[in-house]
Amino acid sequence: MESTAHAFEDNARKAVADPQLKRALSHVKTGFIGKRAKAAARLPEFEALCDEARAIKEHTLDHLDLYLERFEERAKAQGGQVHWCARPEDAVATVLDICRRAGAKTVTKGKTMIGEEIAINEHLEAAGITPVETDLGEYIIQLRHEPPSHIIAPAVHLTKDLVEADFRAAHTDLPPERSLSEPHELVDEARQVLRGPYLAADVGITGANFLVAETGSSIIVTNEGNGDLTQCLPKVHIVLASLEKAVPTLEDVSVILRVLARSATGQECSTYTTVSTGPKRPGDLDGPDEYHVVLLDNERSGLLGGEFREVLRCIRCGACMNHCPVYHAIGGHAYGWVYGGPIGAVLTPALIGIEEAGHLPNASTFCGRCEEVCPMRIPLPKMMRHWREKEFERGLGNRGVRLWLKCWAFLARRPALYHFITAWKIRFMSALGGRKGRFSSLPLAGGWTAHRDFPAPQGRTFQALWAERRRQGS
Amino acid sequence: MSGGREQILGNLRRSLGRTGEDEEARAAVAARLDSPARGTIPARARISHVEQVDLFDSMAREQAATVVHVASAAEIPAAITEYLKAGNLPPKLRMAPHPELEALPWDSQPLIEVETGAARGDDQVSVTAAFAGIAETGTLLLTSGPQGPTTLNFLPETHIVVLKASQVVGAYEDAWDRVRAAYGRDVLPRTVNFITGPSRTADIEQTIQLGAHGPRRLHIVLIEDGGADGS
Repeated sequence: MESTAHAFEDNARKAVADPQLKRALSHVKTGFIGKRAKAAARLPEFEALCDEARAIKEHTLDHLDLYLERFEERAKAQGGQVHWCARPEDAVATVLDICRRAGAKTVTKGKTMIGEEIAINEHLEAAGITPVETDLGEYIIQLRHEPPSHIIAPAVHLTKDLVEADFRAAHTDLPPERSLSEPHELVDEARQVLRGPYLAADVGITGANFLVAETGSSIIVTNEGNGDLTQCLPKVHIVLASLEKAVPTLEDVSVILRVLARSATGQECSTYTTVSTGPKRPGDLDGPDEYHVVLLDNERSGLLGGEFREVLRCIRCGACMNHCPVYHAIGGHAYGWVYGGPIGAVLTPALIGIEEAGHLPNASTFCGRCEEVCPMRIPLPKMMRHWREKEFERGLGNRGVRLWLKCWAFLARRPALYHFITAWKIRFMSALGGRKGRFSSLPLAGGWTAHRDFPAPQGRTFQALWAERRRQGS
Repeated sequence: MSGGREQILGNLRRSLGRTGEDEEARAAVAARLDSPARGTIPARARISHVEQVDLFDSMAREQAATVVHVASAAEIPAAITEYLKAGNLPPKLRMAPHPELEALPWDSQPLIEVETGAARGDDQVSVTAAFAGIAETGTLLLTSGPQGPTTLNFLPETHIVVLKASQVVGAYEDAWDRVRAAYGRDVLPRTVNFITGPSRTADIEQTIQLGAHGPRRLHIVLIEDGGADGS
């Protein structure tokens, strides 16, 4: 998809001013956080399993070349085909080629973030092939021509009234007087409307939560069953997966599954976990004739060797976005590309460049909740800091901020001057703040005081207090 | 894409600082694949088999499945008739061509029509045979093959699954052991389905709705056939 990450400030301003979005996002705060906490508390081994899951992924990343080779070998042995694609355009060309050879007119799709990364729907449409999203949330946003705003809940930015309006506009062959005010009526209608495409589709495209090296299998984890109908009915099944989805064994998958659903939706486990290996076997009464795995690199092989390597442990559970105060305020679309929230702030600059996405790692207060709830223990705040450093080194970012940082760095390197100036500044501001003890406006800090008061400093500097305490202590 | 493979593997090796053949790394990978190590198995799964069957039952119900216990396989057709009648569901079954299901005394239920095969778009009720039940989360494990078409698990509105108590295990890892014992090392059936309760979605305002695209109802007929397999 076309990135608007460079316009993050504008995007965020608009998002904050959108009352409908605010209403929709309130469900993120009330729903996901409590459910995850409850599910984690119910499993005493949860934290230990997170440590094990992290270790599994670290081991896999250390041997990623070898596990991918083994995955390919096993998948081929079962009649599957593996396509290595360095760039998004390679993956697109591969998918289009498979679809053309299958004579595909309709393609059903399960949820795939890699599909978003390579904008596969746009390319299918341009090639005269109709892609039909089957995950309910994805179906809704496809009707609206919008990208997903959340990794696991793509339509979380919408209220049911909006979905009702979209369904009425799209499903014109259904009686206009029908009731659609309840969520179950909307779910039923989508179920009914999508039956036709499921049965008519020539190709089914899904993502993958795991690629199992031991058996050459791909795994999807879902709740609706749409991914399964997408992959077991058409003649051809295409799996879109990035390199870091590899895991060694089924035992390793079992460990990660225990933390995935609990971190994502707060469920004990998702309704459907489906392990697929190759195409239909002799004697099978259903299943696809062809099974393709499109393995996308898109910068990951390079990331593996650098300071952002740990982001490759991500299992796309969405817990970081569910717990992020910035995401709660602006939603996922403001981030301007496929991945929003803290994971987007780290991953997006890596995939589309810091020049385009430099704002994202700055959209954090470093409150640390994302790292706290990440089941793979990814140090997201540390990585956002890395990006900020890179942005500064390359001379990118706001000129005012750069000037301030330079002034601060000048002072910070001269402790005596720093102490002198801060002590005077505090006295000055304290006097200026007067009895109110706060400022409702401050020159050069309008961004802060537009929304809240700035407290006037009280007493002496921390350094002064610390020096005094040490004198008294000794 | 020709060349993509070598380019990607080359990049990965450069990032990992590997030069040529790395015997140590290859040995580590081979060892892990040859004898897959288990992680921590939750204590809740490490209980007696009788308790595992109870846990399976309660966890499956918690996930909105319904469970009925029968003393022997011969009682299954009557139990299914009863279930269909109580739910006002059509007395027409699309059944997996599994020898144990086909051997059931369906003649005892003259009102029920039974056809076997893969699911068709208009099938309302399917009956399949489970490979295992996992107590930890109340999850069914079904394998595909000539005796188990995958479409039966997803296309009909109501999915009835026959499970033997002896097929219930504690944890996912126990189920994998049984799959490997039945199908061999390194080779899985085309599809292994883990199913926990009926289909659901929370995509509209985070409220859970059952019956999104897969079955609206998951009904488990549990045969009390005594102890665990192989114990």
